[in-house]
Amino acid sequence: MALDASALALRRLLARLGEGIDGPLLAICLILSALGLATLYSASYDQPQRVAAQLVNLLIALAAMWVTAQVPPQTLMRLAPPAYLLGLALLVAVALGGDVVNGARRWLHVGVTRFQPAEMMKLALPMMLAWYFQRYEAALRLREFAIAALLLALPVALIARQPDLGTAVLVAAAGFFVIFFAGLRWKVMAALLALGLASLPPLWGMLHDYQRKRILTLIDPSQDPLGAGYHTIQSTIAVGSGGIAGKGWLHGTQAHLEFIPERHTDFIFAVYSEEFGLLGNVLLLALYTLLVARGLMIAAGAATFFSRLLAGSVALMFFTYAFVNMGMVSGILPVVGVPLPFISYGGTSLLTLFVGVGILMSVQRHRRLVQT
Amino acid sequence: MKLAELKNHQRELHYFHLRIAVAGFVVLAGFALLLARFVYLQVLQHDIYAAKAEDNRISIVPIAPNRGQILDRNGVVLARNYSAYTLEIFPDKVPDLDDTVRALGEVVEIQPRDRTRFKKLLAEMRNVESIPIRTRLTDEEVARFAANRYRFPGVEIKARLFRQYPFGELASHVIGYIGRINERDEQRLEALGVEANYRGTDFIGKAGVEASYQQELHGTTGFEQVEIDAAGRGIRTLSRTPAQPGDNVTLTLDARLQEVAEAAFGERRGALVAIEPSTGAVLALVSRPGFDPNLFVDGIDPASWDRLNNSPDRPLTDRAIAGLYPPGSTFKPYMALAALELGKRTFKSAIHDPGYFEFGGRRFHDSKKGGNGYVDLFKSIVVSSDTYYYQVANDLGIDAIAAFMVRFGFGSKSGIDLEGEAAGVLPSPEWKAKRFRRPEQRKWYAGETISIGIGQGYNAYTPLQLAVAVATLAANGDMYRPHLVSHIDNLRTDERRRIEPELLRHVALKPANLEFVKRAMAAVNTEGTGARAFAGAQYTSGGKTGTAQVFGLKQGEKYNEKSVAERLRDHSLFIAFAPVESPRIALAVVVENGGFGARAAAPIARAVLDFYLLGKLPEGDLAPDAPGDDAPEGASQPGND
Repeated sequence: MALDASALALRRLLARLGEGIDGPLLAICLILSALGLATLYSASYDQPQRVAAQLVNLLIALAAMWVTAQVPPQTLMRLAPPAYLLGLALLVAVALGGDVVNGARRWLHVGVTRFQPAEMMKLALPMMLAWYFQRYEAALRLREFAIAALLLALPVALIARQPDLGTAVLVAAAGFFVIFFAGLRWKVMAALLALGLASLPPLWGMLHDYQRKRILTLIDPSQDPLGAGYHTIQSTIAVGSGGIAGKGWLHGTQAHLEFIPERHTDFIFAVYSEEFGLLGNVLLLALYTLLVARGLMIAAGAATFFSRLLAGSVALMFFTYAFVNMGMVSGILPVVGVPLPFISYGGTSLLTLFVGVGILMSVQRHRRLVQT
Repeated sequence: MKLAELKNHQRELHYFHLRIAVAGFVVLAGFALLLARFVYLQVLQHDIYAAKAEDNRISIVPIAPNRGQILDRNGVVLARNYSAYTLEIFPDKVPDLDDTVRALGEVVEIQPRDRTRFKKLLAEMRNVESIPIRTRLTDEEVARFAANRYRFPGVEIKARLFRQYPFGELASHVIGYIGRINERDEQRLEALGVEANYRGTDFIGKAGVEASYQQELHGTTGFEQVEIDAAGRGIRTLSRTPAQPGDNVTLTLDARLQEVAEAAFGERRGALVAIEPSTGAVLALVSRPGFDPNLFVDGIDPASWDRLNNSPDRPLTDRAIAGLYPPGSTFKPYMALAALELGKRTFKSAIHDPGYFEFGGRRFHDSKKGGNGYVDLFKSIVVSSDTYYYQVANDLGIDAIAAFMVRFGFGSKSGIDLEGEAAGVLPSPEWKAKRFRRPEQRKWYAGETISIGIGQGYNAYTPLQLAVAVATLAANGDMYRPHLVSHIDNLRTDERRRIEPELLRHVALKPANLEFVKRAMAAVNTEGTGARAFAGAQYTSGGKTGTAQVFGLKQGEKYNEKSVAERLRDHSLFIAFAPVESPRIALAVVVENGGFGARAAAPIARAVLDFYLLGKLPEGDLAPDAPGDDAPEGASQPGND
């Protein structure tokens, strides 16, 4: 009897825990995280404590996902302006007196731990923009889009100044996705694109020689094989030498011989790709495609304008992270500090990603029940 | 209104779905692009990147071979390797080199020269190597460091092989020494195309047999394939091809004979070369003063280098093969042979020696005042008559003398298996024309021929050439290339390569003439200028004393040994072979500033012959006694009264 009772209690608890959790989404994320832990284990042969630390990070992130999934989109919407303003204030604080790590001022002390305010902007900005477009849903004209652009430019500029080009690009992309889904005219987008391209040559002319050289190295890493190009050259070798089936888990020489810099974090894909090869890469691409597709599906079925925009943006955010990171490691994109979602080591990034998943789940839970 | 709103909403939703579709398309396109890139890298370019990864992974670490030993003809080890503890620093693993070296100085003694050497090595460092800060640690120091080891990450005690010359100065010029490979050595190795075999080798033979048999002694470098990380640190060994040790080189030299010869020199400067006439094998090759080759083994310290290099005694010069001396009267037996062979003299040709030879109104003095009276060819050698050979030289003429002497190897390199042999000068009109610039100097004067006859003038030969010449004479004209190495043993295959005697030429001489000169030389040691030194010898020997001028006397000035500074005194020479009937040994001795040949050089020759032929060690003091009644030879400068 007591056993039945406890079994019943457990079933209830599980049911409660399962409330609002999207099964497919969770499954994809857990598979990705498991792959991440396995790769991290291989990359951390010299620092085994990192796997345990990442496991703790994962549990915290899952808890945060669960909590977020319980929060209705309306509440998220209400939270958007304060979150955005707080993030902006913290970015200003960082600019005034943050810790400098590796030549960039990104960190802020919060009690005993350090914290990157730019990270929270990855979600706070799309939330804010979605909030803003929801507010002016009825009449979206160019003026509203201009104001949205300003809301986007402010944090992006502050982050780019740190300097943290990678995060700035990601935050800008997240904001742009909201604007895109909000219905910015194709013509306007085309015009902006043309304007951007047209401004490149004069901008190029304004650069110093060393700045040009730096950009050229981003495009062609072989120009500076021991300096800026080293990361890309070594990671490309890792990917290429992996072949179709890979060298096998724990057998990547590039990683284990310390040829790959940042092999736990931004360049963990090189470790993964070397050990699991093309087949592993296809699996990873498939998982990301499923993740983004599920996110876009949720966005398509979202109940409100806010939740549609936010869900669409979060879904594309996953794509952006994955695309930029893998493109960078495989040598078709310049090296910017972007982690590989669910795989790279790091608590903050994992937290952001799972909160994003939580948002998707929340939106899914409060989707339109009647198809129109 | 509500309908319109709914309719608007519917349109908006449709619009949104369209954008979702566009986004989905972009996502697929992006991932397709990545997939294409992966296929390109991992399938199409896989071979290239796999090779690059392999290059990244494996480093070839050379294993230096053990250097071969050098032994004397009886197997006595003259150069060997020994293992000693060194304190080595791995610069990659040490946070602060200066701090570490300073702290190490509190545990083991580190001298300024150790620091200097360490800095020098650090600057020249190759990958995956540790650098010695101290060599040859004592047991106590090893223990002290072991107790403090925890304080020094990146510092280790290693056993390394060092070269050792157990007899120190003995035969130092023959054995030579090794030193760190420098740029010039590298260029030479590259020119030989063997630089790959020297990867991992720090030392190379710099002088003596160590240098001339470098290739044989060195061995073959082994290789270890080591997996390394990006910082170049070895992680594990993948495969290993062991090094093949260098060959053992056995000399023809007899270390005991060498010891006897060197001891016979005492503190005096000079050289001795003893050769087996029937093979050209060098039995002893002395150059005094010597040096301790052990000083060079792990980098000579500046003070010792300074002392050796700047000493007026020039201990680093191998006088036996590079020192040039006028042969003095040791030239006379060959002059006699030339005169006989060319028909300018017979056994009976005699003169009355007034104590001088007049030529062109000038008087060339004999070293014996008043002359030797009646002198025939035999006596001219036994008493070493200058007047006799002034005339012989004049009668032969310089061209005939040069043409004859060149056959005995005078004035050309013997081809001994040592580096740095000098050619010397066999004077001739051609040589003089080449040697001098000014026209009046380029011309050969007949008067210059006169002093050539007694081994003076421009004559300048190495002790080795004198030895080769007397050995050729002893061997009835057979001239063998002098060589120091008897055989070379490959330790791995047990193969032995013998250095065969190499007959350079046969000097065709009439046996009667040879016999005559040999007999006269034997008489030198029984009744002539060498009689005192060879008194009581239990074997027959032929010899010839010689005294070579260092100091140019002014015309008519009398040479007075006591008033001349030590370094300006005449060189003392002696050539010998024994036994006369079938010579087993021929030698030449030069004692710099030793005065008369009979006094300084002859006793050394006696000591060497005694030991070689009888196994007898010299008794008592080898130093010469007071000037005897032997006639001083060749001491007067040609001049006219």
